Amino acid sequence: MIWSKEETLSREEIEAIQLTRLQQTVRQVWEKVPPYRKKMEEAGVKPENIKSLKDLSKLPFVTKQDMRDNYPFGLFAVEKEELVRIHASSGTTGKPTVVGYTRRDLQMWTECVSRIAAMGGATKKDVAQICFGYGMFTGALGLHYGLENIGAAMVPSSTGNSEKQIMYMKDFGTTLLVATPSYALRLAEVALSMGIDPAKDLQVKIGLVGSELLTDAMRAEMHKLWGEDMLVTSNYGMSELMGPGVSGECQYLDGMHINEDYFIPEIIDPKTGEVLPAGEKGELVITCIYKEGLPLIRYRTKDVTRLIYEPCKCGRTTCRMENLDGRTDDMLKIRGVNVFPSQIEEVILGIEEIGPHYEIILTRENHTDRMEIRVELLKATDTFKELEAIEKKIKNKLRIVLGLDAKISLESPNTLQRFEGKAKRVQDLRKEI
Amino acid sequence: MYIKQLSVFIENREGRLQEVLDVLKKSDINIVSLSLADTSDYGLLRLLVTKPEEGKAALLENGFSAMLTDVLGIRLRHRVGQLQELLEVICKSHINIEYMYALSTGTDDASIVIKTSDLEKAAALLQETDVELVKAEEIQA
Ligand SMILES: [Zn+2]
Repeated sequence: MIWSKEETLSREEIEAIQLTRLQQTVRQVWEKVPPYRKKMEEAGVKPENIKSLKDLSKLPFVTKQDMRDNYPFGLFAVEKEELVRIHASSGTTGKPTVVGYTRRDLQMWTECVSRIAAMGGATKKDVAQICFGYGMFTGALGLHYGLENIGAAMVPSSTGNSEKQIMYMKDFGTTLLVATPSYALRLAEVALSMGIDPAKDLQVKIGLVGSELLTDAMRAEMHKLWGEDMLVTSNYGMSELMGPGVSGECQYLDGMHINEDYFIPEIIDPKTGEVLPAGEKGELVITCIYKEGLPLIRYRTKDVTRLIYEPCKCGRTTCRMENLDGRTDDMLKIRGVNVFPSQIEEVILGIEEIGPHYEIILTRENHTDRMEIRVELLKATDTFKELEAIEKKIKNKLRIVLGLDAKISLESPNTLQRFEGKAKRVQDLRKEI
Repeated sequence: MYIKQLSVFIENREGRLQEVLDVLKKSDINIVSLSLADTSDYGLLRLLVTKPEEGKAALLENGFSAMLTDVLGIRLRHRVGQLQELLEVICKSHINIEYMYALSTGTDDASIVIKTSDLEKAAALLQETDVELVKAEEIQA
């Protein structure tokens, strides 16, 4: 179901809205956010220079580092008393990034998530269980308000206590699951260990997954465990921009529709910062054009994607962003080769003798990178020949996909770490030399 | 004719063998014989136990990769060349010996466990000789 008429506007209509809102936002930031005004002055650009959407490229970028440098409220465009909510993302290094919302910001967020949830098949009839951790993280509350707005019955079960989660699903008749892909797999494993087959004994038919990449292989694995008829869609967002709700997939699973009346997407060359022509792949840059609390202009997401402007079969006309390959942040450089962990995941999920969980360990010996991949052996065997054949199969496929050799370590089932939030599967133990 | 052997995959990590033995002990399963073969990374533990089905179930439940495999037990008299003669019978028929290990040794005889490629054919060939095959009932409780 299409939630709002703003999702079906013509290009001219949407661009007219975008330009008006962009001009308002730039003026507001110029007046209220001194660090960004300084950047604009250094770049020699003033609010009145923004006459068309093309002029967006004249504006300076904002990075995560800018947010850290102005911790906690330095980039906010309203007085503190206007705020009604504060979230923060836990930075693994340094200070967290802090985001503040006014009342209108929260309404916009709810609207954005309602649209994305409706795209993913949610209706007021759903019983929606949120298995994201509630708290400072934007994921859980963002989806919660959006789905509640649609009229779904919310089950805010958060993460942890997986057996109880399964009990709720069974007893409450949960139809919609919100989780990271890796936690959704974990929950299915726990259900099976309780003698409950998620595909047959539970009614979960919609999966809204996010906060982690959803590769095609992972989606196939979700279907295998939760049922072929489950509609699994991924959605995109980040707390700096608002949280979930920037974009999401519709039932055609052909890219994520961006809420363009609130966000303007651009694709740039991450090295030069130049805007790339439509259809080319590069780093996604997002400008918030309707936010009051923290209206970031040209925020560098570090996510790599491509924009699709052709209207979608679903009837929406909004621009779509292709599902991500990975973040430039997550990209590993191994023996000079660029590797996204998602490429390794695709290979692992395609091999039936091993489970979907894995760990990547990088070390450096004699100035050479070494990659070890730990996987769980599902197929019981009595011969070394068979074990070696499994190892070789994984190795060969990885070599074809990555052009790199890896050491494969087979482990017993259930020995690798399981994750409830974002999975952390890479251990980079290389020391800079 | 065949004996059910319990095969378990174990990582070469401190304590893993101990964990397997612990699971079996808790299920009140006695080990009659075992062999551990390993590479630098992992090993295969092959066990003849009193209750193979239960042993497998207990190990699976405890997160081990375990399965049952049919093997042959052969009783040999203490005579020079007996084992060699038997293996010759098998190898002449182009059957591969995948692995073997000692089952037990007594004063009069000894027995071995053997796993071959075509187990049925190997068993038939052996039955034509004068050796005795160990019965599953002798091991299982
Ligand atoms: Zn669509």
